Amino acid sequence: MSQRFSARAVLGGSALLLAAALVLGAVSGAYAISLPQLWHVLTTLGQGADKSPEHLVFLNIRLPRLVLGVAAGAGLGMAGTLMQGLFRNPLADPGLVGISSGAALAAGVTIILGAWLWPALPRTLGSWTLVLMAFGGGLSVTLLIYGLSRSDGGTRMALMLLAGIAVNALAGAGLGFLSVMATDEQLRSLQFWLLGSLGGARWSAVLLVASAVLLACLAARSLAAPLNAIALGEAQAALLGVDVERVKRRAIVVTAVAVGAVTATTGIIGFIGLIAPHWVRMVAGPDHRVVLPASALLGAALVLAADTVARTAMAPAELPLGVLTAFIGVPVFLWMLRRFKGRI
Amino acid sequence: MSDLHAMNMRFAQRRDLLRLLGASSLGAAALPLFAQQPKLPRLVTVSGAITEVVYLLGAEGQLVGTDTTSLYPAAARATPKVGYMRQLSAEGLLSLKPDAVIATHESGPAVVLDQVRSAGVKVEIIEADHSWAEVQRKVQAVGRAAAREAQARELQARLDAEWSQVQQRVAASRARKPRVLFVLSHSASPQVSGEKTAAHAVIGFAGGLNALGGFQGYRPMTAEAMASAAPDVILTSTQSIEAHGGVDKFWQRPELALTPAFKRRSLITQDALLLLGFGPRTPASIAELHDKFLAAVA
Repeated sequence: MSQRFSARAVLGGSALLLAAALVLGAVSGAYAISLPQLWHVLTTLGQGADKSPEHLVFLNIRLPRLVLGVAAGAGLGMAGTLMQGLFRNPLADPGLVGISSGAALAAGVTIILGAWLWPALPRTLGSWTLVLMAFGGGLSVTLLIYGLSRSDGGTRMALMLLAGIAVNALAGAGLGFLSVMATDEQLRSLQFWLLGSLGGARWSAVLLVASAVLLACLAARSLAAPLNAIALGEAQAALLGVDVERVKRRAIVVTAVAVGAVTATTGIIGFIGLIAPHWVRMVAGPDHRVVLPASALLGAALVLAADTVARTAMAPAELPLGVLTAFIGVPVFLWMLRRFKGRI
Repeated sequence: MSDLHAMNMRFAQRRDLLRLLGASSLGAAALPLFAQQPKLPRLVTVSGAITEVVYLLGAEGQLVGTDTTSLYPAAARATPKVGYMRQLSAEGLLSLKPDAVIATHESGPAVVLDQVRSAGVKVEIIEADHSWAEVQRKVQAVGRAAAREAQARELQARLDAEWSQVQQRVAASRARKPRVLFVLSHSASPQVSGEKTAAHAVIGFAGGLNALGGFQGYRPMTAEAMASAAPDVILTSTQSIEAHGGVDKFWQRPELALTPAFKRRSLITQDALLLLGFGPRTPASIAELHDKFLAAVA
């Protein structure tokens, strides 16, 4: 216990990491923008007169991407904490309640069958088609899993866990079936979607996702104390005066909104929701009032760091983000597992 | 003169200044270098066939980036690669400082192309409908974007002549049209092509019949479906054969055993980009295919 850090140190440290990742992300990229140029862009922000290429690249391409990275990482980290707290299971991640698999299945249907099922849809909605379909798919599958886990006494988490795993497997089978019908190009599009990317960041979508994640994070704040009680067991939590059923419902809605919005825009970004909360718990202990905000900050820092490598490692081409979140996040996570093995 | 001076003051950016000087008579006098060698547009091409056109127009000096499908001519492999055509990066594209990006409508993501466009780069999107017009559009688009329209018209005329010659030869052929099955197998599970595919179009142009109809796009190859399709010839890419580890291994696929093509080991292979790319080498590719079709039914 001696090495555990105070809440203030953990939150401050995570915020510092995020700030460092933001600065690193802002100054690096395929397009060379020197520090003086960046300073010029930032100091002449509201004036609107400067239309230099550096200005355009930073404000219309790099900055929305940074904001999307923060929103995505924060949403995934926060939702991962909620799920691990709710299921009282260290393996839980936001994908367990079906958001990612539902979104993936809907994305697969859109990419592979879209032109055949609704030829008019992409023409009217453009590139929003995939985003809206994936968001809808994620929400519907989450609703299905929630419905399946209802019983007389309320929502049973063990039932939800198994229903989640089963429905995820079903969605996986659906994707497999779709991939049989896909052309090579469609298959590659789907493959890239499943590996995630922040490349589709445009202000309209970024602002929507960022507001969804912000609202979800605000709503999640009131869940920290009840989740601490649930950690003792649902019966004990109920004795302590926690409305367990309400907490479950809210946690699932918050997760579905945040992760649904993120996944619909970026595709599937793996591992952040799983490792960010563990990472924080290892240094801060299990108090959700710390773990929840710190996981959001740390998740955001991780996604930004991974995306900076994704943008620059193979420039002018790009690496899929999901590959890098795993490559960067998992070795650090394994190292921490060994270092703090007593605290899992 | 005072106007020009004021404008110079306002355009603090060096590039804008140079462009302005280059365009004005003052610039021509002061910087003869720019007047004699007007800056030719810098190009990024996304599609193997479009890259081929750039080389044929002698514009390879203007080529600053290509996608991963641009493998011909060999020099194109050494150009900076902007990645797979459906996974382009806005900042990556802009970092090459192109004046124009030329791509087919299969390229994307659309958001990235919009961002590149909004940064003032001309984005030429070519509709790929597997027709001769597609090749013509590619030549015209590159000619426009590279500021080599005269050369593009010449190339176009030459290619059109080649194409009509090939088409006349195919039309004049009195031989029976072979039933051709196209197999694409760059990975473990082979796929066969139905209607509305590049392979379907190519088979038709070369005077064959697609052995498979009634569906669009690609489907997995199954033994019974192949037997009922009864192809006289199997058409595939050299890359597919390599992926199988040679012609003998390819024929060992159980799906092919019940086809007429199997009995005569009738197999035609061509490089995938040459066969399906719809570029300047298409007339030659079709002529070669037609000859091989004739040989197969002789």
